[in-house]
Amino acid sequence: MSDHDSDESGQVPMMQKLLDNPFLLLFIGVASPAMFYLVWGLAEIFTVPAR
Amino acid sequence: MANTTQMLNKVFRTCPDTGLKFHGPAENLIKVNAVAAVVFLLVGGFFGLLVGLTRWQAVHLLGAEDFYLVLTAHGLNVLIFFLIFFEIAILYFCSSVVLGCRLATPKWAWVGFLLMVIGAVLNNVVVLQGNASVMMTSYAPMAAPPLFYLSLILFAVGALIGCFIFFGTLVVAKNDKTYEGSIPLVTFGAMTAAIIAVFTIVSGAIILIPTYLWSIGVVGEIDALAYRLIWWAFGHSSQQINVAAHVSVWYLIAAVLFGARPLSEKVSRTAFLMYIFFLQIASAHHLLVDPGVSSNFKMFNTSYAMYLAVMASMVHGLTVPGSIEAAQRARGHRAGIFTWLRKAPWGNPTFSGMFISLVGFGFLGGITGVVMGAEQINLLIHNTLYVPGHFHATVVLGTTLTFMALTYWLVPVLFRREIVFKGLARWQPYLYGLGMTGVSLFLMGAGTLGVPRRHWDIGFAGTGGITHEFPAAAYTMLALNGLSVILAVFAGAAFCVIIVGSLLFGKKLGDQKMAESWIAKPVTDEEYNANGGSAYAIPGTLVLALVFFVSFALYYFINWKYLAETWGIS
Repeated sequence: MSDHDSDESGQVPMMQKLLDNPFLLLFIGVASPAMFYLVWGLAEIFTVPAR
Repeated sequence: MANTTQMLNKVFRTCPDTGLKFHGPAENLIKVNAVAAVVFLLVGGFFGLLVGLTRWQAVHLLGAEDFYLVLTAHGLNVLIFFLIFFEIAILYFCSSVVLGCRLATPKWAWVGFLLMVIGAVLNNVVVLQGNASVMMTSYAPMAAPPLFYLSLILFAVGALIGCFIFFGTLVVAKNDKTYEGSIPLVTFGAMTAAIIAVFTIVSGAIILIPTYLWSIGVVGEIDALAYRLIWWAFGHSSQQINVAAHVSVWYLIAAVLFGARPLSEKVSRTAFLMYIFFLQIASAHHLLVDPGVSSNFKMFNTSYAMYLAVMASMVHGLTVPGSIEAAQRARGHRAGIFTWLRKAPWGNPTFSGMFISLVGFGFLGGITGVVMGAEQINLLIHNTLYVPGHFHATVVLGTTLTFMALTYWLVPVLFRREIVFKGLARWQPYLYGLGMTGVSLFLMGAGTLGVPRRHWDIGFAGTGGITHEFPAAAYTMLALNGLSVILAVFAGAAFCVIIVGSLLFGKKLGDQKMAESWIAKPVTDEEYNANGGSAYAIPGTLVLALVFFVSFALYYFINWKYLAETWGIS
C-alpha cells in the first residue's frame, strides 16, 4: 500500500481515506471506548438505586 | 544550497548497515528512552524475583508488609515504566526513522522524557518509603500518599507529550513528502499504539487527578466502583498499547530479517483498525464480578466487541509468520511444510525472541485471555493467580520478549556498538521464554486450583483464624513458579548485562559496515512468483493456525466442562 489504491473513477476509496487519516483514527480510538466503556459504565454505576 | 546540504548532513546520519536515516535529536531521544526502559526493567525484575520467592510457600521470603511493597514496585516498574519508556522509543523510531524525517519539537520531547523520569523515580521513592503499598491498582478508598498519585500523573503527562510528538512527526513527514501514499505498516501499527496510549493516559488523568485531590483533602470521597471502572480504562488499556506496539515490531522484524512483505497490507491495516475500535474495552473483564454494572455492559465489552479485537490478533498471528514463510519460500526454502521454519535463523536472538514471543502470546496469552473474557467461565478463575499467569504470557512473554528481540537488532544500528557476549545472547531468549512460560503456566495452574492472586500467604497466616486447605498440587505449582521465576530473572539479568555491556564495551562500529548483513533485501515480485506460481502459498503457517484453533476450542470447552462441574444440577 505504498501507493494509494484507487477505484476506476480515480477516487481514493472511503476505507483508505479513513486509514490514511491519523487524526480521524485518533478521534475514533478515543471516542469509541469512551462511549462503550466509560460513559456506559459510569451511567450504570451512578444510576444504581440508593438503598 | 551547499550550506543547507551540509547542515542537513550534520543533523541526519545514514546508518551504513541499514540505510536508515537518523535525525540526530530523534536518535538521542530514542537512545535515552530505551536506556531508561532497560534500567526500570532491571529494577522491576529484581522486585519480581522477591515476589516469586515469597509466593513459593517453602521459601516465603518476605513478610506481609514487605511483600505488598515489593509487589507494588514490581508492577509499576515493569508494567508501566519499563514498557512505556520503550514504547516512546518505538514511537520515535517508527515515525522519525522509518519515515526518514525530523522529529517534531525535540525540545518538548525532552520535557516529556524528563517528566517521565521524574515521575518514575519519585514513584519508586514513595513506594520504597513504605507508605504506598497499595499495589499497582491502588483501589480507592485504600489511600497512598499524595506524591504517589502525583508521580503517576507526571509520568503520564510526559508520555502523553511523547504521543503527540509522534502525531506531529507524521505531519512533518507528510509535509516534507518523505513518503508516498500511505504510511508504512510498521508506522501504522505504532500509530495504533499511540492512539490507544492517548485514550489510556486520558483515562488515567480522569481518575488519578481526582484521587490526588482526594488524597490532599480537596475532594471528599472517591466512588469505589467508579474508580475501578475508570482505573481499568487506564490499567488494562496500557497493556493494549503493548499489544499494538509489539505486533508492529513483529512486522518490523519480519521485514528486516527476511525482507518479508505483509501478506496483505489491507488485511493487516484492517486488523489494526479493529484494535483502534475494540481493544481498549476489554478492560471490562476486570469488572465481571462487580455489582454496579449490568451483564449487558459486561458481555458487550468483554465478549461481542472484544472478540473482534481477538480476531485482529489472530489475523496478525497468521500474517506475521505467513509473511516470513512466503519470504523464506520465495528465497528457496520450499521443501515440505516446515523447511522454511527449520531454516530460519534460530541462533539470532532477534528472530528467536520474536518467534517465541509470537507463539507464547498466541497460545498462552491469547487463548487464556478469551477464557477470562467470557463472563460465565471467568467465575472459575476471577481474582485468582490465573490472572497474573495470563498477563505474564501476554505482557512478558509477548511484549517484553519482543522488545528484547528488537533491542538486539537496534544496538548496532542505533548505538553503533557490536553486541558483546554473543553466545549468551544466542541463548537468552530461549532461557527467558522457558522461564516465563513456566511462570505463566504454573500461576495459571495454581489459579485454576483457586489460589487467590492478592494474598501474601495462601495458608492465610495472620488472618485471625481463617483457614483454607488448598490441594497439595497448588503448593507444587507455586514451587515450580518460584523455580521458573529464578530462570526468567537470570535470563532477564543476562539481557541487561549484554545490553549495558554492549553499550559500554562493545566494539565501536563508527561508519564502518558490519561483516554480516544487518537488513535483508526486500523480496522481489519475481522471487515471490517463483514460489510455485503462488506468491503467498503458506501451508506451514496454515498448519500452525489449525493447531492453534484446535487448542483454542479444546481449552475453551474444557473450561465450560469445569464450570458445569462447579454448578452441578441435581
